[in-house]
Amino acid sequence: MTVTLFIPCFMDALYPRAGISMVEILERLGHQVVCPEEIACCGQPPFNSGYWNEARTIATPVLEKLADAEAVVIGSGSCGAMVKNFYPELFKATRHAELAKQVAARTWEFSDFLVSKLGVTDLGAKFPHKVTFHDGCHGLRELGIHKQPRALLAKVRELELVEMTEVSCCGFGGTFAAKFPMISTAMGEVKCASAAETGAEYIVSSDSSCLMHIQGLLSRQGKPTKTVSLAEVLNHQ
Amino acid sequence: MSTFVSDFKTRATEKAGDLRHRQVIRTALRGYEIVRDKRKAAFQSWESARQAAAETKWEAVNHLDKHLEALTAKLEARGTKVHWASTGEQAREIIAQILRDKKARCIIKSKSMTSEEIHLNHALEKEGFTVVESDLGEFIVQLRHEPPYHLVFPSMHLTRGEIKDLFQKELGDAPSDAPEELTMVARRVMRQKYIQADVGFTGANFAIAETGMISITENEGNARLTAALPKTMVTLIGIEKVLPRFADLALFLPMLATAGAGQPMTCYNTMYSGPRQPGECDGPEEWHVVLLDNRRTELLADAEQRDALHCIRCGACLNVCPIFRNVGGHTYGTTYSGPVGAVITPHLRGLQEWKHLSNASSLCGACTEACPVKIDLHHHLLQNRRNASASEPAFFERLAYQIFGIVANEPAFWSLAKKLGWLTQPLQKVVKGSALDPARAWTKTRDLPAQPRESFKDWWRNRK
Repeated sequence: MTVTLFIPCFMDALYPRAGISMVEILERLGHQVVCPEEIACCGQPPFNSGYWNEARTIATPVLEKLADAEAVVIGSGSCGAMVKNFYPELFKATRHAELAKQVAARTWEFSDFLVSKLGVTDLGAKFPHKVTFHDGCHGLRELGIHKQPRALLAKVRELELVEMTEVSCCGFGGTFAAKFPMISTAMGEVKCASAAETGAEYIVSSDSSCLMHIQGLLSRQGKPTKTVSLAEVLNHQ
Repeated sequence: MSTFVSDFKTRATEKAGDLRHRQVIRTALRGYEIVRDKRKAAFQSWESARQAAAETKWEAVNHLDKHLEALTAKLEARGTKVHWASTGEQAREIIAQILRDKKARCIIKSKSMTSEEIHLNHALEKEGFTVVESDLGEFIVQLRHEPPYHLVFPSMHLTRGEIKDLFQKELGDAPSDAPEELTMVARRVMRQKYIQADVGFTGANFAIAETGMISITENEGNARLTAALPKTMVTLIGIEKVLPRFADLALFLPMLATAGAGQPMTCYNTMYSGPRQPGECDGPEEWHVVLLDNRRTELLADAEQRDALHCIRCGACLNVCPIFRNVGGHTYGTTYSGPVGAVITPHLRGLQEWKHLSNASSLCGACTEACPVKIDLHHHLLQNRRNASASEPAFFERLAYQIFGIVANEPAFWSLAKKLGWLTQPLQKVVKGSALDPARAWTKTRDLPAQPRESFKDWWRNRK
């Protein structure tokens, strides 16, 4: 299968290792990976801030570039939800309405693609650490992804998964983190505390943006817990 | 910036960093999700129950005119006086006039968020009436001259020790901080008030169109006494509280109890269908029902967000909301706080003045997941943002997104932006968190990730 991999803007700039891991995993599974270089961002920041015209300016070329893709895989639950759920809303009653629906139907978040579309859970990875998994809210509640990353982690050798008792948002929320920094920070602190309770060495997530927020707090507060993307864990030998 | 938004930001910043507050709310809500989920499991299918409830409310709200007429006709047939109030001011005046006509001095009240919405206590007290809240939580916040902190748990922000000190100061009696003893103190005060009261005032959880009844749900029995002892009863209801059929209560009563407090059923559920009828031995001689619009019909006119009128005020969305849990109920500055407050307040009190509540969300969707009547809460926050930006865009924010759009759509610009980010990193480290730092909103409390020299796209290009 030819997989069109959509690497989100912040992952491209800040977390290339996560994207590279996705390419390597998909290729190891025998798929051809293409990454359209013209695509940088899905348009979620202006969309979430209410600037839908500006969001369409960014999203329209993305949609056109993805028009012929066999399968679109996005390395983030949040950006995945943008394309899968919110593009049809954003382009409703425009000339791209139909295309938005078609692309949405062929778009997958990375872990969901591996488990639900490809039916793969064992990637031969080994990660000898105690970890906890953070569900990014968009992946969890917009896309309903909960079991998929856990099915993948269950097959990672020597990995111990400990669940947090509280399912809560990390407080990132895109521009929310800058518009209401203290609320966002408080939410992040609650998240970090519940991760620390598990005694995990690593917080793993499908969303690098959540991890950026969590790691930003952990580093500032000198906490020992580390963060790592799911793709990197799955690509770890 | 309007005072509403600056006040909100000031209070939110203060509360979010208040570790004691965080702990008090955490303790108060500890176990809520566990007992709620246990009760949810007692439903044959909670998801089907939610769907059925949403459909029933849809029917009620989309045929509101018909149901309100039926309700009124049934109520009037049994001697209830029904009043229609378009605004809060009208409702206050109607209620004040009833009290004047009755030459009332003292009013006993059971819990009613709708009365908070129209600032009824304040208006009545200004006219010289004595108003006493009989719900224990409301009684406590009334003694503190505070609005309720939460739709369902008005004094959840207070510890037993604080309530003991309050009772000691205001009532001169508080033997210990044991809940039972504090309740007995409140009861002794209140029992006198029930007897003294000329008028009993209640809210309503549901109004049944089919039978012409209102349904009141409570745990303390105070609403029953409020409705039973005084000669005159006044009930204020938002028009969206109507349910089509009596049988609908079979779903809505356990649902409200489960979603709101993790109870199988609330202790007392009472249906009122009229004042004392000939031959009956108790009940009020007169009953006035005030039906309040107060811009609910404007929300009704908005097809996209009409389902916000489904709200049964259970407070489930507040309980699970990480924003509410960190900033607290008083920070909102609104009667209805939490996610549902952020959704409806812009409709009830003005979009531009209250849009900040819709912005103050990470859009995590925990509220929508928790809502028993399936209000699409977090998507409505997005729609409020869209409507606010479309009618009054913020100049610099829009400009920033326009520039971002140009950069994102042109690979050469995007590459350049990444290079600039990488090159200015050492400088960022110098100004980090200071007033000179353009990323200060982030870096004041959080570190930025180190940006690697080679981006994903660089790697992809080099590899080919």
